[in-house]
Amino acid sequence: MLTSNDVRNESAMQERHVTQLSAVGEEIILSTRNLHVFYGQHEALFEGDLEFANHKITALIGPSGSGKSTFLRSLNRMNDRIATVTGEIMYRGVDVNQPAIDVYEMRRRVGMVFQRPNPFAKSIYDNIAFALQLRGVTDRHQLDEIVETSLKQAALWEQVKDDLNKSALALSGGQAQRLCIARAIAVKPDILLLDEPASALDPVSTSQLEDTLLDLKQKYTIIIVTHNMQQAARISDYTAFFNAGRVLEYDTTSQIFTNPQVKITSDYVSGNFG
Amino acid sequence: MKSTQQLERQLKRHSKAARLENWGRFISFSALLLIVAVVVGIIGFVASKGIATFTTNHVSLWDFLTEKTWNPNIKDAHGNPEVGALPMIVGSFLITILSAIVATPFAIGTAVFMNEISPNRGAKILQPVTELLVGIPSVVYGFIGLSVVVPATRAIFGGSGFGILSGTCVLFVMILPTVTSMSADALKSVPRYYREASLALGATQWQTIYKVVLRAATPGLMTAVVFGMARAFGEALAVQMVIGNAALMPSSLVAPSSTLTSVLTTGIGNTVMGSLQNNALWSLALVLLLMSLVFNLIIRLIGRKGRM
Repeated sequence: MLTSNDVRNESAMQERHVTQLSAVGEEIILSTRNLHVFYGQHEALFEGDLEFANHKITALIGPSGSGKSTFLRSLNRMNDRIATVTGEIMYRGVDVNQPAIDVYEMRRRVGMVFQRPNPFAKSIYDNIAFALQLRGVTDRHQLDEIVETSLKQAALWEQVKDDLNKSALALSGGQAQRLCIARAIAVKPDILLLDEPASALDPVSTSQLEDTLLDLKQKYTIIIVTHNMQQAARISDYTAFFNAGRVLEYDTTSQIFTNPQVKITSDYVSGNFG
Repeated sequence: MKSTQQLERQLKRHSKAARLENWGRFISFSALLLIVAVVVGIIGFVASKGIATFTTNHVSLWDFLTEKTWNPNIKDAHGNPEVGALPMIVGSFLITILSAIVATPFAIGTAVFMNEISPNRGAKILQPVTELLVGIPSVVYGFIGLSVVVPATRAIFGGSGFGILSGTCVLFVMILPTVTSMSADALKSVPRYYREASLALGATQWQTIYKVVLRAATPGLMTAVVFGMARAFGEALAVQMVIGNAALMPSSLVAPSSTLTSVLTTGIGNTVMGSLQNNALWSLALVLLLMSLVFNLIIRLIGRKGRM
């Protein structure tokens, strides 16, 4: 007798198209193998085998509940106390999904920006200095410098340079989200994970945020979960399509949007479901 | 046209729903009025009685607040009654502040454990323990203080064992559940995304707790402490049983002394209404009442500041 899992397995076997980026000559900075995520007894991610290319933007798309956010949060171990994550997460050749890894150091290298802008109830300056001060940076000049460059990289410096000591809670949604990006890049991470960063923003702020991300690509590897397919098409180099806890298709963004190999992907990107 | 009239009649008739609505509004408004009347009545009564010491018996307010001798039955060399309330005021503040200082770290520590470190066990333990501790009558606390804390103080520090220290020990346990559960509420109201943001930046859980969660919860934690202080300030029976009830300036933490409440509960039954002795006690009650209003004011101010 077939269980629902088997059915899913079988359909997945039949229709999957996951490109190995290492095989097409990309430099791989992060990859996952046999990644499974369980919330208690419930398995939210059945299989996520992906390779992420250095200094590229990768978009994770798929319907709600398809496991893309779960996958993303597993990459910097944010699911640690919430879910059980099994499998390998290879970051520059080291499996970071094992108990011996110092998650605090690991999260410095793999930063994260959330769906809802979440600045602390501190000044703009202190928000950015927070993670640096945790790591013992006390030199005022050094802090000033990093705050300035981080805000410039996040395209927020011009708007807030005179208000650095004002509360970050007074910023607009778009500004707050860019502050969160500045805060994440202040510790000079390698990889930036973004979980639907624009879903709470208006169209103008969204397009500014996208421009910022395209600039940041020069320095960081970006992995972004998005519900907005135009957004994925506009900014990403590679796109992974998730459905029902599984990666069904992974390829260059243009390939996914113009010539998807899997029927469900083509239905999703053309708006027939999801 | 007929249908228009019919519709108008239907829309304008006094429905049962409208009657019920008015009736409900009347009941809740009367309840409010009654409570306001009671509060105003209490304040008015205590104030009128308390002021009599100064208007009828011509005690100067300054002497009342600064003189150190409390003996309403005797007049001093100038013929003025000796009603210096300073020892009791000092005693009340000392015991309140000390018990708050002792209780706060325990309360915040417990709240952090229950909320941040082990939320599941926290919910299972905190609720019943708090309810139990709040439900114990204060005479029981006083009795335990009398039979355990006072002898222990006597054994360690000598003297009678009665005094501010014993009172602090008893009050600390009495206000602990209040301060703990309010601190836990304050921590609970810190949005989850603050913690997530901090952890995602590579902060450890402990760094997240003391740099983000406790900072964000500070107004709530301060409110919790002031609430505990208000409770300690007003507690009468348990304190009276262990403090020694000597209306003297507290010379040390283990010397018998008294608080506003303990003098009130021991004295009020032994005086005649309208006499100076009685009026002087009402003045103490007025001081108590004003202080609890001040505590309330502080709580409100903190709340308003926290919202900004």
